[in-house]
Amino acid sequence: MGKTVSFISRNFGRYNPASLASYEYIGGFTALRKALGMDGLEIAKVLSDNGVQGRGGAAYDMGRKWSQARAVEAPHKCVVCNADEGEPGTFKDRELIRNDPFQLLEGMIIAGWSVGADNGYIYMRGEYSHLRPLLLSAIRQCEEKGYLGDNILGSGFSYRIHLYSGAGAYVCGEGSALCESLEGHSGRPRMKPPFIKQCGAFHLPTCVNNVESLSLVPPLLLDTQGFYKSQGTPDCPGTKMISVCGNVKNPGVFEVPFGITIREIIYDLAGGIEDGHQLQLVQLGGASGRLASPAQLDTPYTYKDMKAADLTAIGSGAILVVDERTSIIGFLRITQQFFFHESCGQCTPCREGNLHIRMLLDKVAAGTHTEQDIRLMEKYARIMSTASMCGLGETAQSALLSAMKRFPEVFAIKKEVAVR
Amino acid sequence: MSENMIHLTINHMPVEVPAGTRIIEAAHSIGIDIPHLCYHPDQSIKAHCRMCMVEVTGQRKLLAACSTLVWEGMEVITDSKRVYDAQVGVLDLILADHHQDCLACARNNNCDLQNLCRRFNRLKPDLPDVSSKERPRLDNPSIVRDPTKCVKCGRCVKVCTEVQGIGALSFTGRSAACKVTTAFDLPMNETDCVLCGQCTLVCPVGALTEVDHTSHVRHALHDPTKHVVVQVAPSVRVALGDDFGMEPGALVTGKMVTALKMIGFEKVFDTNFSADLTIMEEGSELLDRIKNGGCLPMITSCSPGWVNFMEKHHPEMIPHLSTAKSPQGMFGAVLKTYYAQRMGWDPKDIVSVSVMPCTAKKFEATRPELGRNGYQDVDVVLTTRELAKLIRYEGLDLKRLPESEFDAPLGTGSGAGAIFGNTGGVMEAALRTAYELYTGKELPRLEFEAVRGEVGGIREATIDLGGTSLKVAVANGLKNAEEVIRRVESGEADYLFIEIMACPGGCIGGGGQPIGTNNAKRQARIKALYALDKSLPLRKSHENPDIKTIYEEFFDHPLSHKAHELLHTTYAARPKRYDFTPYLHGTQK
Repeated sequence: MGKTVSFISRNFGRYNPASLASYEYIGGFTALRKALGMDGLEIAKVLSDNGVQGRGGAAYDMGRKWSQARAVEAPHKCVVCNADEGEPGTFKDRELIRNDPFQLLEGMIIAGWSVGADNGYIYMRGEYSHLRPLLLSAIRQCEEKGYLGDNILGSGFSYRIHLYSGAGAYVCGEGSALCESLEGHSGRPRMKPPFIKQCGAFHLPTCVNNVESLSLVPPLLLDTQGFYKSQGTPDCPGTKMISVCGNVKNPGVFEVPFGITIREIIYDLAGGIEDGHQLQLVQLGGASGRLASPAQLDTPYTYKDMKAADLTAIGSGAILVVDERTSIIGFLRITQQFFFHESCGQCTPCREGNLHIRMLLDKVAAGTHTEQDIRLMEKYARIMSTASMCGLGETAQSALLSAMKRFPEVFAIKKEVAVR
Repeated sequence: MSENMIHLTINHMPVEVPAGTRIIEAAHSIGIDIPHLCYHPDQSIKAHCRMCMVEVTGQRKLLAACSTLVWEGMEVITDSKRVYDAQVGVLDLILADHHQDCLACARNNNCDLQNLCRRFNRLKPDLPDVSSKERPRLDNPSIVRDPTKCVKCGRCVKVCTEVQGIGALSFTGRSAACKVTTAFDLPMNETDCVLCGQCTLVCPVGALTEVDHTSHVRHALHDPTKHVVVQVAPSVRVALGDDFGMEPGALVTGKMVTALKMIGFEKVFDTNFSADLTIMEEGSELLDRIKNGGCLPMITSCSPGWVNFMEKHHPEMIPHLSTAKSPQGMFGAVLKTYYAQRMGWDPKDIVSVSVMPCTAKKFEATRPELGRNGYQDVDVVLTTRELAKLIRYEGLDLKRLPESEFDAPLGTGSGAGAIFGNTGGVMEAALRTAYELYTGKELPRLEFEAVRGEVGGIREATIDLGGTSLKVAVANGLKNAEEVIRRVESGEADYLFIEIMACPGGCIGGGGQPIGTNNAKRQARIKALYALDKSLPLRKSHENPDIKTIYEEFFDHPLSHKAHELLHTTYAARPKRYDFTPYLHGTQK
């Protein structure tokens, strides 16, 4: 396990996640005390200096997000922790909440202080309901000890955290759909502008961050030795939580330095492919991620290198490994079925496109497709990615389009059928 | 040059627009119509249909022209290959999910989707038909919903929620199962819906249309044993021209009367007459309530969508509604009693047709309170749109028709009756009469500008009735109506008289008016009716000689026993089918 690091996950197993006292014992809330002595912009600058990009999937410059959020003038603002973690194959946030709930809360309080919010909302996916008691108790303990509530640690800063559960819609991981759901409406993305940073949850300026992004804040503020920056590559410093699953011997959540190769992740950390089988493809970043062929395994896991290799640049941190036992078309159909099920139905390209592409893939699977079908599939996949209203429709066809490029043979026309 | 002007180019043409303008509006300002379905100039932005995708230099993705604000130096291209491919692709996706029944569709030749197909030279998409197989919903007398044609643009949802504040229609389901429907898929009349028909005005296709009754009229016209008589509402004459390519607000009274006569109606009468009658009754009722301590404020009851709203949403306020029937209702009653007697006709042989700007009037005509002895006072209600259909069937070119006069004696209306079509018009007409009846003096100035107004909003005024001041309020659009109700119920306002019309702008903006009715056209129609009033020699209801005659010959005086029997009505609470109260109080498992 020489290739894993312990920075964001440094507290895993070191304290009792149910006990605030235990968290304090290992130095918990030192970062908050430090942060309360800093200016909000100064905190944002620490994030920028360390090149931190958001960990939810969109990889937005986090320091910039915070300084923009701080700059918005409003009597009330809020911070939202996106714990919807809906990307299939992604489960790093679950581990962060389960093993270190207080670090997340500490990160959220620092976020609130930094951007000038008075409320924080954790929007946690419905399937994580087993983690609710843990988080609720953690919030209550923080309130009792004065880390939450009025005049936190005598700083004059007042802030509360509320826990909300989603009802199972993938699209609610999209910031504006999340805000709608938080408000009690159907989880459908909003039209932008206005952007969430100006008008998000409850029509307040809202700063949405992923669980991992927020959990990263406390160790980063205390990292005076520059450990974080020493990890990774000069272009892409730091560490990342990833979740590896699929046909590997040792699936799980790992913290890795950026720059590690996909091959190292699969063979060194995850123990390689299950016995007697061959790696066929890797899907990166969840169901909305592109497919990598075995030839791309040596791509370094950085935003830039992944992008250059025409792969999903990190995304949610999911790595799904698929061996030859699964057919590529079968895999694409499952992915397509997922998006067909999860589209909110609001905008035309996503509502209709997912339906038609699903039908076309069924034809490909049955071997009854024609050249025209392949053309249509590609045409509508492109229209979806260019004309959809939100990220769901935009990325729903990433797997298909990358498969058409990397595995063209599986779309080949079955001549005998075509002639008949 | 103002600082908040933005300079951009659209297809290389320089454009200057105020900051905050959207690309689609900037393009419109230089005469470019960017393809769209969900965008509507009077509604907030939805950005659902994705027809309006355009290319902006430097942007990786195409941008929706309806939702993207312009910025300085922006370069917009609306006709590149990328844009064309995306727009045709989106159009094909919409077409594949649209039951293409164009020849039999109420919106044939008047359909935004059909226009786009014509524009893109698109007949059939490359994709298989995936349109809904649901049956059209004909579950109320006013509005048909055809889910197979719905393009999920959300215009109906917006108008119902944002303008009317009702929310009877909304999106349900997701992905391909996403559709627009009522709560629990119930028939419209059993939901919060008040049948105002604003949804039928904004629907870009034939998914929401009025229930067509033209065949009923034709059937009656073909029956030699029937006397088919028609009345036409005040606001129809300034809207009908729209459907025949005339200027917005064009006054077509004379041509319309000719057309109705050529269609074959035995008598063509004017609802302005019964509007005057309404003023006599309603004005007298108001004075009576003030004098004798009746329920105040009194609220007008001419707008059937509004009456439905009261019965469904505010039954506790029903005693405030004027008991006077609407002009349509009064006309029907007069026609089948007074006029039938005069003509020696058996009321059962009369087919009473009305042309209304309204879908809710179709429902009103079916109310059991509006009939007697086994017949209804109004048998068939046509919307302005259906009248246009009849005129087309007849092969008439409205523009070229000569002018004719309404028949006597139910064909004379005052200017006060004419402005019934406008928001504030009923109020103004009532004030003209109430003032003179109350003070016994002549009004120095007929125009009550304070109650006149624009589309939307609430107006308040205090009117001097010769020493007594009368606090009044006027609202149009049900969202505004709700606010007026709130002010009254909370005791915040102490109005004595309130006029409410369910539709934006009043009847001139009614749910039965020609497709394409928008706020700009509403404004033109409002102006046209006020101009009509001004041009008439007769501008007060109580001075209408035919009104005087009908009281002398038949009703005796306003609020007489006979008037009560024929010209007044009752209302009742209409509970909605879905009632969550037991759930809210936890008494239901």
